[in-house]
Amino acid sequence: MLSIKNLHASIEGTPILKGINLEIKAGEVHAIMGPNGSGKSTLASVLAGREEYEVTEGEVLFNGQDLLDLSPEDRAREGVFLAFQYPVEIPGVSTTNFLRTAVNQVREYRGQEALDAVKFLSLMKEKMKLVEIDQKLMSRALNEGFSGGEKKRNEIFQMAMLEPSLSILDETDSGLDIDALRIVSNGVNQLKSPDNATIVVTHYQRLLDYIVPDYVHVLYKGKIVKSGSKELALELEEKGYDWIKEDVDSASV
Amino acid sequence: MSKDNQILEEFTSKEYEHGWSVDFEADEAPAGLNEEIIRWISAKKEEPQWLLEWRLKAFSTWQNMTEPEWANVHYPKVDFQKLKYYSAPKQKSKPKNLDEVDPELLQIYERLGISLNEQKKLQGIAVDAVLDSVSVGTTFKETLSKLGIIFCSFSEAVQEHPELVKKYLGSVVPMTDNYYAALNSAVFSDGSFCYIPKGVRCPMELSTYFRINAANTGQFERTLIVAEDESYVSYLEGCTAPQRDENQLHAAVVEIYAATNAEVKYSTVQNWFPGDKNGKGGIYNFVTKRGICAGDNSKISWTQVETGSAVTWKYPSCILKGDNSIGEFYSVAVTNNYQQADTGTKMIHIGKNTKSRIVSKGISAGKSQNSYRGQVQVMKRAQNARNFSQCDSLLMGDRCGAHTFPYIDIQNPSAKVEHEATTSKIGEDQIFYCNQRGIDTEDAVALIVNGYAKEVLNQLPMEFAVEAQKLLALTLEGSVG
Repeated sequence: MLSIKNLHASIEGTPILKGINLEIKAGEVHAIMGPNGSGKSTLASVLAGREEYEVTEGEVLFNGQDLLDLSPEDRAREGVFLAFQYPVEIPGVSTTNFLRTAVNQVREYRGQEALDAVKFLSLMKEKMKLVEIDQKLMSRALNEGFSGGEKKRNEIFQMAMLEPSLSILDETDSGLDIDALRIVSNGVNQLKSPDNATIVVTHYQRLLDYIVPDYVHVLYKGKIVKSGSKELALELEEKGYDWIKEDVDSASV
Repeated sequence: MSKDNQILEEFTSKEYEHGWSVDFEADEAPAGLNEEIIRWISAKKEEPQWLLEWRLKAFSTWQNMTEPEWANVHYPKVDFQKLKYYSAPKQKSKPKNLDEVDPELLQIYERLGISLNEQKKLQGIAVDAVLDSVSVGTTFKETLSKLGIIFCSFSEAVQEHPELVKKYLGSVVPMTDNYYAALNSAVFSDGSFCYIPKGVRCPMELSTYFRINAANTGQFERTLIVAEDESYVSYLEGCTAPQRDENQLHAAVVEIYAATNAEVKYSTVQNWFPGDKNGKGGIYNFVTKRGICAGDNSKISWTQVETGSAVTWKYPSCILKGDNSIGEFYSVAVTNNYQQADTGTKMIHIGKNTKSRIVSKGISAGKSQNSYRGQVQVMKRAQNARNFSQCDSLLMGDRCGAHTFPYIDIQNPSAKVEHEATTSKIGEDQIFYCNQRGIDTEDAVALIVNGYAKEVLNQLPMEFAVEAQKLLALTLEGSVG
């Protein structure tokens, strides 16, 4: 589904990603871990098409298509979803109105009919159950005055509504208490299917107790320096990142 | 060129939708402004002697006044002698009703999306259509007259209801009020007149649609709304003009009178030609709008969506004379390219327990300048007056300006006056967030701007709110990267 080859990216002339290689197949869950500043969030942003980042080398194929050639909105319409680390507030625009605009633009791109108000609302009702989100939040301005947990739940709710084939969760666990973490993870797990894939970007192992990855990759200084199964995450939890840092740094000397 | 600028450039090439004009034979006054012209206009309209004298008095007042320069707008001075002060489409005979109006004129309004014919019965809105200096027709007159409501062109009111016109004309905006109001009082041509009798709740929206068609002609319309005790009316005003290289002057006066327990809601969607992307052409919109809450418990509410005009100078105001009366002002003013707007309101608290509320949302893009200017005045006997003002500015790009000039004058210590102001920029983060959900940038801007202006748009009657939302989106298309 997703094939990243030798991906280099920089921001304002500073290289951040220095040759990422990653293959993700449908049905898989990949965790990207790593110390602060290793480039985890940059990778998520580059895949979603944030403009501040310049891709200097490499390619990304998404279902055989050159992903980097697509505008951010077309990537979304093709099925790439990014759950933001810091969801943005849009005053005066209700979540319902926002999502209806989004869902119908995506449907239009895919050659599907726009959903009328009745069908849209019943779809919303169904998906709201997944993340146990309160109906009241839907009529409030998007993310405005939402608690940290509500914002993250809203992200996963939007994911449920848009039914992406590739979901990227960028530090979705940050700022969540244990109950919210369980609810959010529950939502993600229910959305999992043999046809879609998930990238979980996280600093801590904690989230991976709930969303169990098939593969774990460690990102350090803009490269994937170690890959393994879910046991690797447990090892990191126990030993921290220092031993990996030392391995890499001594090898490069 | 950065991506921001590229998109801004694209956007500035957007064309004004209503820029077309129609050629028809017109009955015009010769260019120039003098007593003769005023006599000519008055004679053309077969006005009574008192009105001619009123006009002449206004003219001599105007001659002794100087053009105001305190507003934060800059433009070449208007040469008043070069303008024509009257232009009316020639019609064979005076039409007695809408069926007799020249179909060509009706087509102009059809093209603007305003049907004076077939659909008129479906819409629940009565329309007075003013083209250049005359009203071409008013719908639903009979239905309204059964309730005692008078809704007609100003000229017709002068003929049919001279006692009402004489009583209220200039009672809210005196001819000496300001430079443009004096000019308007001297040369006004047509406009709408509306009278709601005691105890009547007007069952439909009343509206006037102003269209400038002729070149080199000023439009000086006059609107007078009188709401008697316990009455209610909601009034809408829309306007467009052709795209021309020369600047054109529009200097209107609107007066509203609200008696005891009366309520008047006045909404404007202003879309005069704003000039081209280089700032050439466009309407000078120098307008005086004022309402008086003369009776106790009366209420006047102004809502405006200002998207057009090269230069706007406009402060719809309320004089809160009656005890417990309420004044409201809700405004969205959008400027783009080289547009300049200096707009706001005055709330003058005279009666006890009077309340006013001001919500102003400015949006600036391109190289435009957008100023809010507002005055809250609490007089000595205005015990327990309350005011709340909120002035927000939204900036797009880095070549535009937003300014706020609040004036507060309190002469009664019991007054409570609050003023809140914010300035923000449309964030790239907000746009990217929308993009990431599959929403393209144009729609993202529309969504964000409409969200920002929601509090004001919510005040508009349904049909207008939808129109205004589309207009905002259109005016700002592509203005952010």
